[in-house]
This record gives sequence, C-alpha cells and structure tokens, in this order.
Amino acid sequence: MTRMDLPLPWENVARRLSAEGLPLTARPYRDLGRSLGLNEAETMRAVAALQHLGVVNRFGVILRNRALGFTVNGMCVFDLPDVRLAQAGTQVGALPFVSLCYARRRQPPVWPFNLFCMIHGRERDVVTRQFQQVRELLGTDVPADILISRRCFKQRGATYAPEATPWTPSTGIS
Amino acid sequence: MNAAAWGCLAPFERDFPIHPRPFAEIGRRLGMTEAQVLEMMRQGVAQGVVARVGATLRPHVLGDSTLAALAVPPERLSEVAALVSAFDAVNHNYEREGHYNLWFVVTAASVAEVTAVLEAIERQTGLQPLDLPITTAFHIDLGLRR
Repeated sequence: MTRMDLPLPWENVARRLSAEGLPLTARPYRDLGRSLGLNEAETMRAVAALQHLGVVNRFGVILRNRALGFTVNGMCVFDLPDVRLAQAGTQVGALPFVSLCYARRRQPPVWPFNLFCMIHGRERDVVTRQFQQVRELLGTDVPADILISRRCFKQRGATYAPEATPWTPSTGIS
Repeated sequence: MNAAAWGCLAPFERDFPIHPRPFAEIGRRLGMTEAQVLEMMRQGVAQGVVARVGATLRPHVLGDSTLAALAVPPERLSEVAALVSAFDAVNHNYEREGHYNLWFVVTAASVAEVTAVLEAIERQTGLQPLDLPITTAFHIDLGLRR
C-alpha cells in the first residue's frame, strides 16, 4: 500500500485510464497519447507497464453492474481478531462470488468491523445465502453484518485530483 | 441490446488488447467489424452499461482514498446524498440498509486532502463520517464472473 514513483507520463496515463478511459476511436492509444505527449507505441508500453507493475488492477471494458442486472450489492463486514485477518482475507477473497475483499481500519466503538467483502448478485436471496456461506467459513461466532445497497447516487472512476473532471448528476444507473 | 447481449464483452473486461487497433482486434474475435464494435461501445456508454474502457487502479498508489459513511436521518437522505455527490473527490456514493445508510468513497491526491473533504462534509451536514481506509487489499476484481 505504498506510493510508487512512476515516470510522470505513465502516471498521467494511469490517471486518464482511471477517470475517462480510452477514447472510443479506431486508434485510441495514439489519440490518448497525443494529449499526453506520448506516441502510440509509448502509450501502449505505458499501459502494459502499469498492468505489469500492479498499478492497474484491471484494464478493459468496465461494465456497470446495475445496468447488467447485478442490482443487489451486499457489503459484508466482519469483526475478526487481527491475527486472523490475513488468512481470512485470502480465503474469503478466493471465493468465486466475492468481487472485492479488504481489511479496513476499525472505528471503535461505533464501527467494530475490520474485514469487508463485496458480493454482487441479481437476487437478494442468493446474495444473503452467499453471505451465510462466508459466515460459516469464518465461524458463526464472529460478529458480522450485511449492508445491502439501495439507491446509487454516484458511481464513476476515481479522478485522484479534486480539480479534475466536473461531474453532472446522472439518472442513477450504475 | 439486453443484459445478456453485453455478455460478449465480458472477455474484454480483462485482457483488453494492447494493439494499435484494439476494437478491430475485438471485432476479429467476435466476428464483427471495427466500426460495429466502436458503435456498440458508444451505445453502451450512452445507455450507461459501459462506464469506460479503462482501468481500476490499486488503492493508494496515485493518491489516497477512504471509505466513509454517514448515519443520515431518513428525511434528510436525498439532501445529504446530493451534497456528498457534489464533491468531485467522491466517486462512489450509495444508500445502504442499516444505521450507517450513506456510504461513499473519497479519493484525492493525499491523505490531507481526503481528510479535508471529510471535514467539509461534516461541517456542511452536521453529521460525523466514519473514516475507514483500507489497510490490506486481499482481492480486488470488479470484473463479474458470468
């Protein structure tokens, strides 16, 4: 979780891919690079390097869950002893229905939970059952909760720079 | 196009071609022309199915972020949600079931900027946000398995 010193043009490519993505043109790497002072080959190299270095988790078509019918998003939270966290996180993260799994700082006394995992699904019952599976894996004595999404007010790629992209409200599709 | 039809793009959620003509390359694999693939992408963006052809970044590499939550009285939820969404540093903002019912991610260039946004939200709403930064990422992959 440390900062990485990247060549500035690569950093700019990463920011652009996170915020707006590639332009939808026939030569998107050339067109993206042009606005960042890179040629097409350099831009492609930068994208490959960012993936290789792990700066980019995933590069590709980013589909919106809700629009595809994955309308139930269950944030599952657990209060695990810290010594169990690494092993539990790896186990839970490997479950096929878990799309995100991470440890977060607790905020006692109001927020005791330190392990989070996200389950996206089409049906509430299925997501709830999958949550129960995670509970059984970790031990049902572990304090746990599931917070299911209702409305989505905003979702877009991270811009990392507060002055960057102006945002206008959409219809709430995400 | 219905939800199932977009499934043809699933292989390109990862392993997107790094190729001078990536949409031609995708077309080659799907039996479509480059122009048809580009048209499908543009339609996807217009319909809100495709967020972008881009990247999700590993947290805390280019900046800092945190997951924050507010316990908002139900009658104030729309107002507070709009106020939170108006911050450019907020990229996700969801209502969830539970006492803490508004959950949002704040991303900025530094910890100090993230903190400043949370303080501004607290000042403007009179509600104290939870501040739950990631300590370890075990698995981050929003490509959905279908």
